[in-house]
Amino acid sequence: MRNYLRTVITVVWKDIVGEARNKEILTSMLVFSLLVILIFNFALDLDVQAQESVTAGVIWVTFTFAGTLGVNRSMASEREGGCLDGLLLVPVDRSALYVGKALGNLLFLLVIEVIILPIYSVLFNVNMLVPGFLLVVLLGSIGYIAVGTLLAAMSVQARTRDILLPILLFPLTIPILIPAVKASIGYLEGYPGSWIMTWLNVIIVYDLIFTAIAVMLFEYVVEEWS
Amino acid sequence: MIRVRNLRKRFGHKRVLSGLDFQVEKGELVALLGPNGSGKTTLLRILSSLSRPDGGEVLVGGYQLPQEADWVRERLGFVSHQPLLYGDLTAEENLWFYGRLYNVSDYRQRAANVLDMVGLQRCGADLVRTFSRGMVQRLALGRSLLHEPQILLFDEPHTGLDQDSVRMLNDVLLHMSEQGRIVVVTSHDLAQVANLASRFDVLSRGKIVASVKEEKIDLDRLLMFYREAVRLRGGERL
Amino acid sequence: MEEKPRFLSLLDGITGILFLAAVLLVFFYAPLERSMGAVQKVFYFHVSTAWVGMLGFFVSALMGGMYILSRKKIWDMIGFSSVEISFIFFFIAIVSGSIWARPIWNTWWTWDPRLTTAAVVELIYGAYFLLRQAIDEPQQKARFSAVYAIFGFLSVPLTFVSIRMLRTIHPVVIGAGDPTGGGGFSMTGPMQVTFFFSLFTFSVLFVDVLWHRIRLEKLESMMNKLRLELTS
Repeated sequence: MRNYLRTVITVVWKDIVGEARNKEILTSMLVFSLLVILIFNFALDLDVQAQESVTAGVIWVTFTFAGTLGVNRSMASEREGGCLDGLLLVPVDRSALYVGKALGNLLFLLVIEVIILPIYSVLFNVNMLVPGFLLVVLLGSIGYIAVGTLLAAMSVQARTRDILLPILLFPLTIPILIPAVKASIGYLEGYPGSWIMTWLNVIIVYDLIFTAIAVMLFEYVVEEWS
Repeated sequence: MIRVRNLRKRFGHKRVLSGLDFQVEKGELVALLGPNGSGKTTLLRILSSLSRPDGGEVLVGGYQLPQEADWVRERLGFVSHQPLLYGDLTAEENLWFYGRLYNVSDYRQRAANVLDMVGLQRCGADLVRTFSRGMVQRLALGRSLLHEPQILLFDEPHTGLDQDSVRMLNDVLLHMSEQGRIVVVTSHDLAQVANLASRFDVLSRGKIVASVKEEKIDLDRLLMFYREAVRLRGGERL
Repeated sequence: MEEKPRFLSLLDGITGILFLAAVLLVFFYAPLERSMGAVQKVFYFHVSTAWVGMLGFFVSALMGGMYILSRKKIWDMIGFSSVEISFIFFFIAIVSGSIWARPIWNTWWTWDPRLTTAAVVELIYGAYFLLRQAIDEPQQKARFSAVYAIFGFLSVPLTFVSIRMLRTIHPVVIGAGDPTGGGGFSMTGPMQVTFFFSLFTFSVLFVDVLWHRIRLEKLESMMNKLRLELTS
């Protein structure tokens, strides 16, 4: 167990140190997110009335796009220089490597969310500092990253690696995006708690099931890396 | 020791290893020779647990692959033709990272020692991205030695190295061998390994076709032996 | 060259007869539904194709698990063959549903949970084919397909639940639920007979086609091997 934890922490530490140095993932995710919001602003004409109904949708589309970008890049960096071979040569549980990578990815996405949400609040004059809403953002991100990290480990090994990840990931994450958007609307517009809870439950079930399966199946995705 | 019997591996319909037998005893320094595509890299990847055999028996250090992979991994150092290093970490950080994963006690001290061993003591705080090919290869060598493995596998370690680095590499390999460790080096450049190895195995079309045991072998003699071995198996290019 | 197994020929015959019988039942045995008329008859084959669609996706996830545990090529073959078949059948189900929906709901398409889930499932398995196409090494291809099939199959119920919570107008014919949307009806005896006979027929059809597909795959791989031996 201590070995498992040490592996997870070491992998996260490595991703943070690397990212602190080149800032590749965070800057590209941030710029991309801002661009998505800007485009939505023009495309949907985000005036005061429109905002209320579409805010949650815009926010989640932004995070899913940015998340895909980050997860893809983070896995691609393991491919460069054959680093994944290096990881596989080490006598550690493969799922610990997965958990480490997923935590790193989650951390990067949360950083982006922490930056984007206040910016969105200021730009469109919406109060987003609702604790319940922040919880939805956290829970939704967990499930999305859990599946995204595993699928990215597959897609970077494919011939069409740059375009494959969103195609694999989006249809599988619909059951998390719908409830996340709905629960977000619920909290932002002050809907009754019981209504929101039914949506939150779907997210939590998804998080639990898919994180567990991803942890179990990761070793089959990385064996015989080529 | 390493013992391989009737090892088979195919990629799709292409047969890469077809019933290969291979054995290395403790303290032997074996050079694995063969033309491109003869299966050298595949064999090393299977021995290092990175690739799964399709059939046959593979024992490394007394442990069976792929079932007992973690035991093998603990005892094995591997230098691939890729560096297995992160460009955005410094040399030191790379070694700390792997040292912690290998559960090396006092990994910082060990990293410093290893940097010393491969002649990079002054570049510990430099980013690997800024390293030359030779320096990267030295660090890759250092990485593979971190956990003091008993079995060392090197896939074409001499490629692209300058004279100094080749000398350093050969010194380290000989030193490791003298300590009783198993060392296997692949190469397609016979001159680099002629006075390094104590045994030369020739791999062709997925099988070991010839083997000669002789220390400090004469390069011309080795060359003749190699050509003969490859020619007999159906004449592939050098 | 591998001979066609005798039992497969027999199965072909049985499937043909069953299918003919099912068609006769649908048109001459099952009574005309009172409010919808003849277009309701699409229901029997519509549900049957959708059933085969789901069955194949379940089989593919099961085969994915089997492959990962045993590494036998045959499981991968069965798995992706059944995805191929189910992909087509599910598509037929969506199209036949549209044909039915046009007069009944007055639209070709609505964002009803079943329809939407069907569309998402088709997308998941479309992605499955793209994934297979992008990997060259057969063992890696098989492993990735297995993992993705398991993920895909498990996400379907949750997709369905979350879209259902979003909205529903699809008629609920079997099982509990309130048929709030239009087009719901209850089945009479002959209708039930026809319905379950169609389900059975299509299940047999699925097995028959699957067998053919696997045989085709085996022959193809044999041919590739021979070609490789000839050229090398």
